[in-house]
Amino acid sequence: MKKVLDEGKLILIAIPVLLWTLLPIYHLFVLSISSQESMLAGKLWPDAPTLQNFTIVFKQQHYYLTNFWLQMFNSFFIAVATGMITLFVATFAAFAIARLKVKGGRTIMNLALATYLIPAAFLAIPMYKAMGSYGLLNTQTALILAMVALASPYAIWVLKQASDKLPKELDEAAIMDGATSLQLFRLVYLPLMKPSMVVIGIYALLLAWNEYLYAFLLLSNEKAVPLAVGLGLFLSADDAPWNLLMAAGLLYAIPPAVIYYGFRKNMVGGLTSGAVKS
Amino acid sequence: MAVPVSTPSDAVSGHTRDRALWGAIMLAPYVLVFAVMVVYPVAYGLWIGLNWNSYRALFADPIFLRTVFNTIVFLFIAVNLKFAIAMVLSGFFVAQRAWIRFVLVLFILPWAVPSIPTILSFRVMLNPETGMVNSQLFQWFGIVEGPGWLTDPTLAFACSIMVHIWKSLPFWTLILVTGRLAIAQDLYEAASVDGASKWQQFKFITWPSLATLYVTSTMLSMIWTLGDFNSVYLLTGGGPGDLNHVLATLGIRYMRNNNLDLGIASIIVAMPLILPMVYFMVKRLSKAAE
Repeated sequence: MKKVLDEGKLILIAIPVLLWTLLPIYHLFVLSISSQESMLAGKLWPDAPTLQNFTIVFKQQHYYLTNFWLQMFNSFFIAVATGMITLFVATFAAFAIARLKVKGGRTIMNLALATYLIPAAFLAIPMYKAMGSYGLLNTQTALILAMVALASPYAIWVLKQASDKLPKELDEAAIMDGATSLQLFRLVYLPLMKPSMVVIGIYALLLAWNEYLYAFLLLSNEKAVPLAVGLGLFLSADDAPWNLLMAAGLLYAIPPAVIYYGFRKNMVGGLTSGAVKS
Repeated sequence: MAVPVSTPSDAVSGHTRDRALWGAIMLAPYVLVFAVMVVYPVAYGLWIGLNWNSYRALFADPIFLRTVFNTIVFLFIAVNLKFAIAMVLSGFFVAQRAWIRFVLVLFILPWAVPSIPTILSFRVMLNPETGMVNSQLFQWFGIVEGPGWLTDPTLAFACSIMVHIWKSLPFWTLILVTGRLAIAQDLYEAASVDGASKWQQFKFITWPSLATLYVTSTMLSMIWTLGDFNSVYLLTGGGPGDLNHVLATLGIRYMRNNNLDLGIASIIVAMPLILPMVYFMVKRLSKAAE
């Protein structure tokens, strides 16, 4: 009897939690299969569910969606470039700090952590100005660089912790055999760091895919903007076709959701392991 | 003429030189990114921020004063409410059941998907005229004039906080779940045997074990909440009538109105609040990485 009661209590918590979590997502889905009239009536379920919005999005048959596929590709390109460059920068930096114990490495890591902690919206303003000085405003390079700068600190921090876990004896033995630092990097460090590197690559990729503010500040040419900015343009319309936006938004939200689920254990592990340990 | 024999000690001293060289080379890419994307912009910003007149103009702007007040209220309510809920929910998600693990998978969604479609979904849903919420209130309860969710300043502000919590709650709940999982189970078993109530178990075991994590997390959450641009901008744009800006959206608004000095000044004003927290957190995270 007590068991049943306990289960009942848990279910009573689960129901509001799920309603609260899923309501906006459900609403997003309902709008994406609604006609304009049904949408404006605020129905719980559309009168005549239709896939027409998706057809319009796919064929780019609306003023706001003329560059839908191009912007989807831009999002993809910016995210992949951010992931790869972040991985390159952070893997080397973590190796130099954690294994080579380079002079000033700790200081650099602390400065990097400070970047990670400063609210992103606050860093955006000076960064925008600096991009103007560099003559990079309105280029995808600017956005990729900004995202690399934002993703690297956490990446370095996680990779440093992971590489501290590798046994020191490996390095010592290799050094006795006359291995150079480069050989250590290639033969000892890289093979063992692969799992952490996958997680970090994905972290940076998703950060760039989901980013709105920086993309919206640094890029305005509608042929160059990622999808987040393209969809944000709906905000400027008086009577925006929200059902079309939601259909496009659904397509934009699916890749990160799928990737998160594949890697959710690792994604959370990085930040929490450090937090719980201290 | 003895043939030089390479001894292990030679290898080691040679390695020390090699190490310093490669260490510098491998750290260089990040140092470069950091210099170009953080050091120069921040230095430039500080230099612009030296202009005393900006602050005078800033404090003469009624929108700014209102925004400071908003930001403090937003931080206080959002962070405390978020963590109160996260604390309760982490207790729920710690229960080891297959169906609860499935609920957790769905619960993470708001954190995983991008802001644009979801926050705009809130925006349409809460539209007082055509949105689903008021339409349903009319359908079920016959309420003709539903609440002006996004037209009433106070309600709109509350909705921004709600959206912010919706988005960030999963992450912090997961952090507290991880913290709870690290508590030794036999403590609870011993307490149960001694007849401690659930509340006493929380008070004497869970809370003391999680206190440090709770403080660190609330601080980090506070810094990030301060930088939350999307929850306000995408839901209300700081409206109605610029009454609901927070510092993150107001700074950007100044900048886009070609008022860079005020944008920079409004950030620098927040620094006395942010920097001590950042300093404390860097020490914390740096120690965690030992």
